[in-house]
Amino acid sequence: MFIPHTQEDREEMLRTIGISNLDDLFQDVPAPHRFPDLNLPPALTEMEVLQEMQSIAVSNESMEDMICFLGAGAYHHYVPSVVDAIIRRGEFLTAYTPYQPELSQGTLQAIFDYQSLITALTDMDVSNASHYDGSTAVAEAVAMAHANFRGKRNRVVVSPALHPHYRQNLRTYNQGSEIEIVGDEDLSSLSKGPEALEDLIDLNTALVIVQYPDFFGRVYDYTRLADKVHAAGALLAVSVNPIALGLFTPPGKFGADIVTGEGQPLGIPLSFGGPYLGILATRMEYVRKMAGRLVGETVDNRGQRAYVLTLTAREQHIRREKATSNICTNQGLMALAATVYMSTLGKHGLRQVSELCYHKAHYAARSIGSLPGFSLWSDQPFFNEFVVKCPGPVDEINMYLLSEGILGGYNLGNDYPELANHMLIAVTEMNSRDDIDMLADVLAEVSND
Amino acid sequence: MTEPLLCDLSVPGRIGMRYPEPDVPLAELPVLLRQDLPLPELSEVDVVRHFTHLSKLNYNIDQGMYPLGSCTMKYNPKINEDTARLPGFALSHPLQPIETIQGNLLLMYELQKWLGEIGGFAGMTLQPAAGAQGELTGVLIIRAYFKSRGETKRTKILIPDSAHGTNPATSAMSGMQVVELKSDERGNVNLEALKSHCDETLAGLMLTNPNTLGLFDENVIEVCRLVHEAGGLVYGDGANMNALLGIVRPGDLGIDVMHYNLHKTFSTPHGGGGPGSGPVGVAAHLVDFLPYPVVDIIEEGDEDMPPLYGFVQPKQSIGRVKSFHGQFGMMVRAYTYIRMLGPEGLRRVAEHAVLNANYLMHLLKDYYHLAYDRPCMHEFVVEGQWDDAPEIHALDISKRMMDYNLHPPTNYFPLIVHEALMIEPTETESKQTLDKFVEVMREIAREAHETPEVLKSAPHITPVGRLDEVKAAKELVLCCGVESIAD
Ligand SMILES: Cc1ncc(COP(=O)(O)O)c(C=O)c1O
Repeated sequence: MFIPHTQEDREEMLRTIGISNLDDLFQDVPAPHRFPDLNLPPALTEMEVLQEMQSIAVSNESMEDMICFLGAGAYHHYVPSVVDAIIRRGEFLTAYTPYQPELSQGTLQAIFDYQSLITALTDMDVSNASHYDGSTAVAEAVAMAHANFRGKRNRVVVSPALHPHYRQNLRTYNQGSEIEIVGDEDLSSLSKGPEALEDLIDLNTALVIVQYPDFFGRVYDYTRLADKVHAAGALLAVSVNPIALGLFTPPGKFGADIVTGEGQPLGIPLSFGGPYLGILATRMEYVRKMAGRLVGETVDNRGQRAYVLTLTAREQHIRREKATSNICTNQGLMALAATVYMSTLGKHGLRQVSELCYHKAHYAARSIGSLPGFSLWSDQPFFNEFVVKCPGPVDEINMYLLSEGILGGYNLGNDYPELANHMLIAVTEMNSRDDIDMLADVLAEVSND
Repeated sequence: MTEPLLCDLSVPGRIGMRYPEPDVPLAELPVLLRQDLPLPELSEVDVVRHFTHLSKLNYNIDQGMYPLGSCTMKYNPKINEDTARLPGFALSHPLQPIETIQGNLLLMYELQKWLGEIGGFAGMTLQPAAGAQGELTGVLIIRAYFKSRGETKRTKILIPDSAHGTNPATSAMSGMQVVELKSDERGNVNLEALKSHCDETLAGLMLTNPNTLGLFDENVIEVCRLVHEAGGLVYGDGANMNALLGIVRPGDLGIDVMHYNLHKTFSTPHGGGGPGSGPVGVAAHLVDFLPYPVVDIIEEGDEDMPPLYGFVQPKQSIGRVKSFHGQFGMMVRAYTYIRMLGPEGLRRVAEHAVLNANYLMHLLKDYYHLAYDRPCMHEFVVEGQWDDAPEIHALDISKRMMDYNLHPPTNYFPLIVHEALMIEPTETESKQTLDKFVEVMREIAREAHETPEVLKSAPHITPVGRLDEVKAAKELVLCCGVESIAD
């Protein structure tokens, strides 16, 4: 199958090495522990394994079986066929990190294309070649800001409307550091918006982090916050949903210094949470503090334009314990997927998807918000997600929706106790008017019960 | 001929994708409306041709041997790509009610169990995104362990000088003090140096075994014993597990916590730089510190009912290291791979990986100076320089290999070998491929002495020649449409 050796090959190779059997290769391994019996299921053929995998896969309910209104950081969008056709090509799929540029111009130029699209979308100067996901990109923004002030500013102000997983991750990453994370546990400010963060910004603040649209789907103009942040000499990081940037003003325009984001909506399937794509972009002045790989343009010795990994002296393989980050392997293939997606949709297509999400979400909000017992939690402008207060526990409502073939929204009570009975509903271009009407009809039955 | 950039291919008015018209009444557009969306305008054909042209500029495993040491560039089975795309997996949302994703959870539960069995660990998290994030998880677990015991003075992490750069970078990120440990003349951890650091500030040792020289540490039991006696823990960098599948379980040797690389050992593709997946296994005394959530059986099954799988929170968890549940698509591929190999197949992988490396080493050692002349595991390191051809460097040899349609080995790593060329053939290369590789390497050694200029000017047949890296770093052109900052 995957090991091509014949019996003769093996014998000849052992003879060449001067040993008589394969076991002799492992003399350095302590004898008492050598060759353990592994308690694993026996081997299957390809035909059998496919059957087994199919039977496991169909025991899930997937978007093939349900109408999806669940988002909360991962979204069900249409992925054009061209995306998978390109990323499945062995030339991209089975190449390593482009350390030898003469043999990797395909990967390198595709990353350069990716960096170009991300900077255009976010209105930043530079994008790295990708980070793991939306949560780790935020964690790196903290490290960048901390390094930018040479460790002299230790406060990070975080919006409570940043994705709960990202906030948890920030704490994990910083448990060994002197960084103090404030702001996100003050839940009384949930309904207030970004002004609530202003009082927390002081001269020890390195970074302020907000989300755009925020975890509850709300869209704020952060211009005033950016001014306050900059007046204190600190940096502003904005975590984005890239699809929203097809419609809304990009963060670069209102003064963001670092833009992070979850790139999954850009042509990457839900796949139970990964692999996704961490977007990390910034202004040129902070490029040397940035985590991860960067591709730069140059020329070769034949005078041709060509691409190469650059500013590598920031990275772990050169700088070791002084590196900006420990990241090595990133999300290369997912960045390629996003590149193919953004270039296929282009200027018009991305705007169209954003508008579809926007209009359908607003239609859904109007329909559901007017049901007896249901009400919209916020009147702030929103993109494709909104919060509704429900007449009962969200998990119970969701069980009922499921029985009707609908995957309901996210139960906010999981993360925000004061938002028990509040559901976060996501709508994308995948939801037809009929789907939305059906959701409203079934919810109406709930409120009548 | 260079391929244009996407932005140069753009033609105003072209459309690559149409969407249906809205089927709902339109809402008023927001105030914060974006004025300008400067993305390219291309047809689908433009896009497919562009990326197909680019793809042809890449070397890849489907094309030939890719002997990058420490990277385990083995063949990636095609069936994995199909199983990962089954709609039940690819179209499931990470926050669905657990009753609707029992298949995913079963798969993760089994994979946790299997990886634990393969490495000899009591507990497992599949959450880390790659090897480096697995290291971060592991070092934070070590830190949390000592914190829970009130031993907060233990902040020193020992890292052998042969270690990968992610080891020291991770330790520093975790707030630990990094101390480099010299290797001994056989490439093992230097026991005397180790002893001198075994004190009450020792948190642990990060051990890569086999190490990046491709050598199995002959004193591994003693190394673990010394660290444990001093009250420390041993972290295992499992990047080189391909040599150990079914051969030995690191947990049995005394490793307390180790990451695996599904994108090396378990055949998931590298994708030109990622995604990876870096599960972490821990010994029994560390299971309470694993990141949350971990998959477990939350209601036992019986004859009529399968068990109910769900998420649990380890008691003293270090927290979450990634959103959702990790690189699930990579887990499906690794599951498929382990299921197809079974226990005997896994052992055969390690045996042939080590056989191939020793075979190559044997056939090359009269032509290239071996950094350490002892039997190797799955990889070995030679020096890319000769006393009688001093102007030739490892880089020149690597570039010349490209003219023979081969991908070069890893260059200049590990750092302790002068002009290192680190060669890892993996088990998926045949004797015929290896023989061809040897022939080329011998020919290049001859050229290095007789016609060094052909190495110096190599590569000659690649789409581009050697690049001006200084210009790239000085001018920093990092996206299209921007003039260099040097102008
Ligand atoms: C020995 C070793 N340790 C750690 C790593 C880091 O793993 P990853 O790139 O998956 O983060 C690598 C990968 O190149 C490695 O070779």
